[in-house]
Amino acid sequence: MGLMTLDVPEASAGYSHYGVLARFETAKALYRACEAVRDAGYSKWDALTPFPVHGLEKAMGLKPSRLPFLVLATGLTGAGLGFALQSWVHIQAYPLIISGKPLFTWPAFVPVTFELGVLGAALGAVLGMFAFNKLPTYHHPLFRSETFSRVTDDGLFIAIEAWDPKYDDRATAEFLSGLGAVEVEHVPIEDPIDTDDGEGDA
Amino acid sequence: MAQSQDNTQEPVAGRAPLIVGGYDFRSLTEAVAVPVERKTPIGWWFFFLPSLAMLGLFGVSIGWLFWEGTGIWGLNNPVNWGFAIVNFVFWVGIGHAGTLISAILFLFRQKWRTSINRAAEAMTIFAVMCALVFPGIHVGRVWVAYWMFPLPNQMDMWPNFRSPLIWDVFAVSIYGTVSLMFWYVGLIPDLATIRDRAKTRIRKIAYGIFALGWRGSHRNWLHYERAYLMLAGLATPLVLSVHSVVSMDFATAQLPGWHTTIFPPYFVAGAIFSGFAMVMTLMLICRVLFKMEDIITMRHLENMAKIMLLTGCMVGYAYGIEMFIAWYSGNPYEQFAFANRALGPYAWAYWIMVSCNVITPQLFWFKKMRNHIGWLFISSILINIGMWFERFVIVASSLHRDFLPASWDYYQATFWDFASLIGSFGLFFTMFCLFARFLPLVATAEVKTVLPEADPHQGEELVRVVPAGAGAEPAAQPAPAGGGGA
Repeated sequence: MGLMTLDVPEASAGYSHYGVLARFETAKALYRACEAVRDAGYSKWDALTPFPVHGLEKAMGLKPSRLPFLVLATGLTGAGLGFALQSWVHIQAYPLIISGKPLFTWPAFVPVTFELGVLGAALGAVLGMFAFNKLPTYHHPLFRSETFSRVTDDGLFIAIEAWDPKYDDRATAEFLSGLGAVEVEHVPIEDPIDTDDGEGDA
Repeated sequence: MAQSQDNTQEPVAGRAPLIVGGYDFRSLTEAVAVPVERKTPIGWWFFFLPSLAMLGLFGVSIGWLFWEGTGIWGLNNPVNWGFAIVNFVFWVGIGHAGTLISAILFLFRQKWRTSINRAAEAMTIFAVMCALVFPGIHVGRVWVAYWMFPLPNQMDMWPNFRSPLIWDVFAVSIYGTVSLMFWYVGLIPDLATIRDRAKTRIRKIAYGIFALGWRGSHRNWLHYERAYLMLAGLATPLVLSVHSVVSMDFATAQLPGWHTTIFPPYFVAGAIFSGFAMVMTLMLICRVLFKMEDIITMRHLENMAKIMLLTGCMVGYAYGIEMFIAWYSGNPYEQFAFANRALGPYAWAYWIMVSCNVITPQLFWFKKMRNHIGWLFISSILINIGMWFERFVIVASSLHRDFLPASWDYYQATFWDFASLIGSFGLFFTMFCLFARFLPLVATAEVKTVLPEADPHQGEELVRVVPAGAGAEPAAQPAPAGGGGA
């Protein structure tokens, strides 16, 4: 489909393969393998699973998501804008004295301020998550792998990318087999033959 | 039901497993994805076509309302708020259980929610859609409905932000928006599952677009899970605020019967009560229709029955305390309003409400009744009837006899009142039927996380936690079964 650009760094120029894809049979085996890949010093790699494997980020050596800071910022922005809107409406744009009360009746502005704060934070969480994850990314070399369609079913994968400094076509594949991978394959960057959308359905 | 097969490693002894039937990842995907992929079952049409007919009635009744005006309803001078507001509060309340299941139970780490949260969230969205129709159409002059929003206009007028009615506009529309985002974020991995299983090009593209190219990367899961957690954390105070704000539409008025400080928590409890009853009704039908008795198990139904018992008791307490405060206040208008509620012209509605909402759930004290499918279904319907009548009692019985006896009147609903009520059910069930047909009814990716083989430390912990011979047979094996499903 190619609606978005390939999620592959500039470094991919000149590589014949995206990298090595290895499938593991159990979450436990995947977890162990991730620890080993991390300890072997690989940096351009990923674990791909049908569900979030609990604590896998530790095994992969990933830092916690920084999304909460963004959410805090967008939430405060939403609440701030909401409060400013109401104050402006009642003091500046349309000053009406109701029941002899002052124009700046801030306690009455709390509910809408709160709601808009929640809206801002929720938008920040969702759109921030999309941005951090580069979604949508409709085109990815991994989708060319036949077995990879199992990633949304029962397949637990590790992919090591070819531009990792420690990557070697043969050694990395053997390393992953040695960690207990049941299937290991090299994934091409370009379409080997003319497939229409690169999603491997058997 | 099939409780014999325990395939979870539940550390609390004697507790029923979350999922029965010995599912592994692959068979679970099958169980959820096949109803989306196979030919439409006949039973689905049996629900869909009547729903569609009711939706048509909704369209006709709204069209006639726009043509003729609110005079087609049974409104009169003291009772200026009738079915439209009753239906609005009813539908917003229904939605609350979905958010409770998806957000609050998530924060409390109640893993049993995973089987029902998708459908409950969908229910929330459709219920909020139904709710939002009524404030839109009941204003009479629908062409100026946009006055509800703070939009710059040629009259240089702005809404009054000191009024709970404008808080309501913000609370309900933001609630709908956030619920939709929460639901969609949860759907992404499952849409990717349907995309990867798709055989036809149309399915690949249709589901593929909405799956956003999700590929299960753990670097993505990391942000995804964090976003999901924060949405749950945001939706929790949001849902509590929404029905509180709805209750303030009434509570800030001077009218006896409305002017009560108990309203916000009372409304929230009632909302969760009615919403759980609706989830129960829908789940009882869906699990049979889509053969998911092993995923939506008796344990889920029993837990929901327990929450209905709890919230039913809270609602019953609120009815009692309202009566007590009316008497204790020494205010004759308050005392009259509540005596009139229980003994006046609307006593029939009041006693329908009490018997459905307070007496019905009391049978859930008995385990046998919590596990009785027939009774669960009947009680869920009765509770929804009762909760609709609760809102009717609050609106009609308070309004029809206020301070000035000269203006007393009786509100009698017309055909078109009932048409819009039935029609809103048509909208709700049509949407839900379409959802159940075309989208995964169960959050597959989440349910997979509660299967024992999803635990990367499977076995390890159990050796430490479970004393020897406590029936944790897979713990002893170095390489656990399952996972591959090959």
